[in-house]
Amino acid sequence: MDKANSLMRAFRRLGFDGWAIGAVAVAALVATPLIAVVIIAVAPSGDIWSHLSSTVLPLYIEKTLFLLLGVGVGTFVIGTGTAWLVTMCRFPGRWFFNWALLLPLAVPAYVLAFVVTDQLEYAGTLQVWLREIFGWKNRQDYWFPEIRSLGGAIAVMTLVLYPYVYLLSRAAFLEQSVCVLEVSRTLGKGPWRGFFSVALPLARPAIVVGVTLALMEALNDFGTVEFFAVPTFTAGIYDVWLNMNSVAGAAQMASVMMVLVLALIGTERFARRGQRYHHTSSKYSTLPSHRLESWTAAFAFVACLLPVLLGFALPAGVLTAYALEFYSDTLSAKFFTYAANSLSLSAIAAGLAVLIGLFLAYGSRLGGGPVVKAATRFASIGYAVPGAILAIGVMIPLARLDNALDGLSQQVLGIPTGLLLSGTIVAVVYGYVARFLALSYGTLEASLDKITPSMDGAARTLGCTPGQALRRVHFPLVRGSLLTAALLVFVDCMKELPLTIILRPFNYETLATFVFQYASDELLEESALGALTIVAAGILPVILLSLTIVRSRPGHPAGGMAADTGPEVAVP
Amino acid sequence: MSGLHLNNVSHAFNSGNPVLNGVSVFVAPGELVCLLGPSGCGKTTLLRVAAGLEHLQVGQVTIGERVVAEGRHGKHIPTEKRGIGLMFQDYALFPHLNVLENVTFGLPENAADRRQWALSALSRMGLADYAASYPHILSGGQQQRVALLRALAPEPRVLLLDEPFSGLDVTRRVDIRAETLGLLKETDVATLMVTHDPEEAMFMADRILVMDEGRVIQDGTPVETYFEPLTAFVAALFGPVNRLQGMVRDGHVATILGDFGAQHLEDGAPVEILIRHEGLRLSATGQGAEIQPGENPCKPAPVDNENSAGACGRMLSARPLGRSSHVELVLTAEDGTEIILEARIPGVFLPQPGAEVLVTANPRQTHVFLAS
Amino acid sequence: MRRNFLIFLIISLLGMTGAAVMSGTAPQEVNLYSYRQPFLINPVLDEFTRRTGIKVNVVYAKKGMLEKLKAAGANTPADVVLTVDIGRLNELKKAGLLQPVRSAVLENNIPAHLRHPDGLWFGLTTRARIALVSKNRVKPDALKTYADLADPKFRGRICMRSGKHPYNVALIASVIAHEGEEGAEKWLRGVKANLARKPQGNDRAQAKAIYEGVCDIGIANTYYMGKMATNEKKPEQKKWAEAVRVVFLNQGGRGNHINISGAAVTRNAKNQVHAVKLIEFLSGDFAQKIYASQNFEYPAKAEVAIDPLVRSWGDFKADTVSLEKIATLRATASRLVDKVRFNEGPGS
Repeated sequence: MDKANSLMRAFRRLGFDGWAIGAVAVAALVATPLIAVVIIAVAPSGDIWSHLSSTVLPLYIEKTLFLLLGVGVGTFVIGTGTAWLVTMCRFPGRWFFNWALLLPLAVPAYVLAFVVTDQLEYAGTLQVWLREIFGWKNRQDYWFPEIRSLGGAIAVMTLVLYPYVYLLSRAAFLEQSVCVLEVSRTLGKGPWRGFFSVALPLARPAIVVGVTLALMEALNDFGTVEFFAVPTFTAGIYDVWLNMNSVAGAAQMASVMMVLVLALIGTERFARRGQRYHHTSSKYSTLPSHRLESWTAAFAFVACLLPVLLGFALPAGVLTAYALEFYSDTLSAKFFTYAANSLSLSAIAAGLAVLIGLFLAYGSRLGGGPVVKAATRFASIGYAVPGAILAIGVMIPLARLDNALDGLSQQVLGIPTGLLLSGTIVAVVYGYVARFLALSYGTLEASLDKITPSMDGAARTLGCTPGQALRRVHFPLVRGSLLTAALLVFVDCMKELPLTIILRPFNYETLATFVFQYASDELLEESALGALTIVAAGILPVILLSLTIVRSRPGHPAGGMAADTGPEVAVP
Repeated sequence: MSGLHLNNVSHAFNSGNPVLNGVSVFVAPGELVCLLGPSGCGKTTLLRVAAGLEHLQVGQVTIGERVVAEGRHGKHIPTEKRGIGLMFQDYALFPHLNVLENVTFGLPENAADRRQWALSALSRMGLADYAASYPHILSGGQQQRVALLRALAPEPRVLLLDEPFSGLDVTRRVDIRAETLGLLKETDVATLMVTHDPEEAMFMADRILVMDEGRVIQDGTPVETYFEPLTAFVAALFGPVNRLQGMVRDGHVATILGDFGAQHLEDGAPVEILIRHEGLRLSATGQGAEIQPGENPCKPAPVDNENSAGACGRMLSARPLGRSSHVELVLTAEDGTEIILEARIPGVFLPQPGAEVLVTANPRQTHVFLAS
Repeated sequence: MRRNFLIFLIISLLGMTGAAVMSGTAPQEVNLYSYRQPFLINPVLDEFTRRTGIKVNVVYAKKGMLEKLKAAGANTPADVVLTVDIGRLNELKKAGLLQPVRSAVLENNIPAHLRHPDGLWFGLTTRARIALVSKNRVKPDALKTYADLADPKFRGRICMRSGKHPYNVALIASVIAHEGEEGAEKWLRGVKANLARKPQGNDRAQAKAIYEGVCDIGIANTYYMGKMATNEKKPEQKKWAEAVRVVFLNQGGRGNHINISGAAVTRNAKNQVHAVKLIEFLSGDFAQKIYASQNFEYPAKAEVAIDPLVRSWGDFKADTVSLEKIATLRATASRLVDKVRFNEGPGS
């Protein structure tokens, strides 16, 4: 008893209480796969590093940096540009683009890569058409950009990843007080300069978060870069693992990548240290919408149409055409079972990721200091780790635990339990949570940050325990963001491949794994219906997502929820 | 002992600078104590320590008969079990709950009588029509009243108010202050209120604790604190002052405005004399506005008591402020240096700039301190 | 509402775990880790179940299987591993994850050079890595050996998939086996210099490129040629196949490089008997015929006829270098690809 007491005191001396201990424990659980990766990395990997650095490492780094630069700039320009247009300007189609601009989020990058190549290569629709028009006979008659290239990879990833930036910057623009924008007008800045000198800097945290998410996805992508034959760092990780048979080497590279991502995020946070982005004005009115005239309206229309067209309509259309032709292959397989598997798996993972994300964000809000913060940040770095490597990180500790349980059960009960966790979809769900926690944790952390701490104080002085305060005050206030977080994780789980394929149990197919067995041999057509279903399943969440943003604007007449915090996504 | 007792509380944040330095506060049931001080003096931290929102580091907090916090690693009763009410500066009304739900938030499910109380209190405050409304449509004053009722609803033994009127318009502040005081006086709650507005403290408090740099530097009734400040800081806190320099000679300080008693100070000590703006009295010396050139219209004023003095000053400016006027004037010392004084005169008092006036200082509002 | 959701979550997770445990211990089953896409092998597995009553549970993946087997240790549910090249089999063997199998049926069906001497693994089919050359633009006999691929006369005329693809890694390993690392490096540099474009796409894409006139020579596995030539669903692939001629290489010398698809029984297999039965079935007439006729591979079992289309390309002499040797040289081959910066394509 005394001992327990003094232990509690020792913890408190470190700034811990029950919630903080719980938060650290949960964070540790989620971070276990990452820690496992680091532990694998400790094993010797021979001369792999000297081989890499004398051969392809500079190339990996160069390609990765250019990929990140390209995707970063691309998602930033498209994401914030379109968000600004649909929030601040009036032009035909604005309401449609409001939600349609989110649609490419539902398209897996490897699907778009396949479709784009299919359409743009020599035998593709565009070039056939060009040849007909200009009477070119063969390849030597004209120049056409190489599709399977770094540029192609940047274009494809930008098109499917810009919605993160769009989603976040739009929410941020919607939240900006009109007063601030009007002040910039009175100080002689036109709407465009106001955008660059006021709105953009104010939205910086949100934009940074969106771009970071996009970059983390681009960084860990393997399918697209493999298809486009771009030797990125992640491609190198797979090569070291599978061709040079060095898991340790691959884990080392993955660990280096984690450190770099953490450093990058840390640098950005340091760069805007001391700056606060709370809004000083609480006066909101309907945003002034700037009516665009003929040419500018046409420009805005095209600027918003292109990303939707290329990122969504094109792949959806091509997939539909394939699906009409090859539906029998998909339907003769257990298509509906696969769809049900995908949906239930993604729903469970989304639910868990949101609960854990909320718990961690609230736990670190309650205090506990740097230890809790560091633990939760580390736990949500899984988003930047290549999926298959993370899968190994999930598998090894789970199998250890299973084997220990099995041994115990055989000893005590005489019954073997086999692989209770690692052989079941528990492993897949665990992997999803470890991978996508960044989405839910970040979203909820940002959302909780907007609730003034005196709300907590008020609830506590009125007799609520921290748990009751969470249930009665914070939970209803962040409802919108909970939905946002759940939907983002859901859509990502639907598309997720490497974790699913490695961790799933026998005879268990999801739409993504079903599509993959064809896509892995560049036979996407045969599984087009499956791919189309993945895209379609993402549309409803995307529309819901869009509605929550509009509802969330402060002062927006939506059920008196003046402080309902808008959907916002953030990373550690 | 009942009420709220903070004993020898010290507190420091991560940076290491102490925010509170051995502060002790006692508030009896039914008593209203104001913590008065400039921003950053630690008064809000003290409130949060009392509430348990900030972990106690040094000292002891007692509520009623119960020690609720002791030392850094000792007892810590969580906020929700302390039986306190806290009203935040920003009110912190729950935006997802309507007015009635906000007020009854802290009540147990079965507290029918308190729910009844909440309803009647709302209607007494003129908020009956808003019971089902959400906070964001209320005015600042209405929000303030809802926050107060919410804090009072669970019948706390201790009520903590953090700058409760700072968010209100000046015009509404006076009414709401009176209304709040009335409501508090009906209960037996021990109230600790934080403010930086001396007038508010004077109006509300049974006792005022003046805080500066993490310490309590004076503890007394409003009248004591106002008329018998222990330091120049306290004196200056209650409103603008004129400052004169001098030296103690035989228990007196000679100034341009006459001699002031300084029996409590050593001979030869350098001192600072603080005269409140409202402590200067002016009277026109001429028979009208016209003063003949070369003529000295000032006549020595009759000496009321030993501290009273007078001198002749020339008007620099005078502005009417409604209930009073703000006057600037210049006095010329014997050595030729000019001293500018400011005064606040009841009513409208507007001599022309350049007019000569007789200046006397009210000894009750003149304070002599050792120069720091 | 939140509590209900939690309960739902817990129940569904428990339910899934329970179901998996139940199904994991049911009898008359064999569990298969497959590097081969299920849609290729399902007809064979269904027939196996029909004949023997043994249910086959499959999980397909291209990576992570080895780590999965290793991590699960004695508790692994997997009984059989099916792979599409020798490299993976050898890695599993090296990690001690396979068990030796003695089976008269297997020893009878599979020639000795296509199986491990101790029965640790068995080749089920072979596939030759051949050259596809443009019928119009490359004269017969212009290309006869792998060495010719590095001949400057083919500058800018060769297409290949990534040098890091297991099929190409094995091919390069075979060159190392014969000519040593230095010889292989020289050769690979020569091939790289002859590339028409950055290595990309799959094997079919190389035939397509020849059809489109991007290049004149491609490297591919034999069965791709068969699949393209008979593709009714995508008739355009027939045109690709028609544009090219199959050329077996090094026929006057060491023979054309081959690889195998194979199977092995895991060390900790619980359904060991069923596992052997499955591999025996895969080496038997029914399965071998399907491999031959539907996937255009060379059946391991000598008595099973090669598909007529495949036969029409002619007989060929296969490289007889030990498959295990090729497997052990894979890491070296992979590094060589890095060293000569093969994947960056010509002109880098």
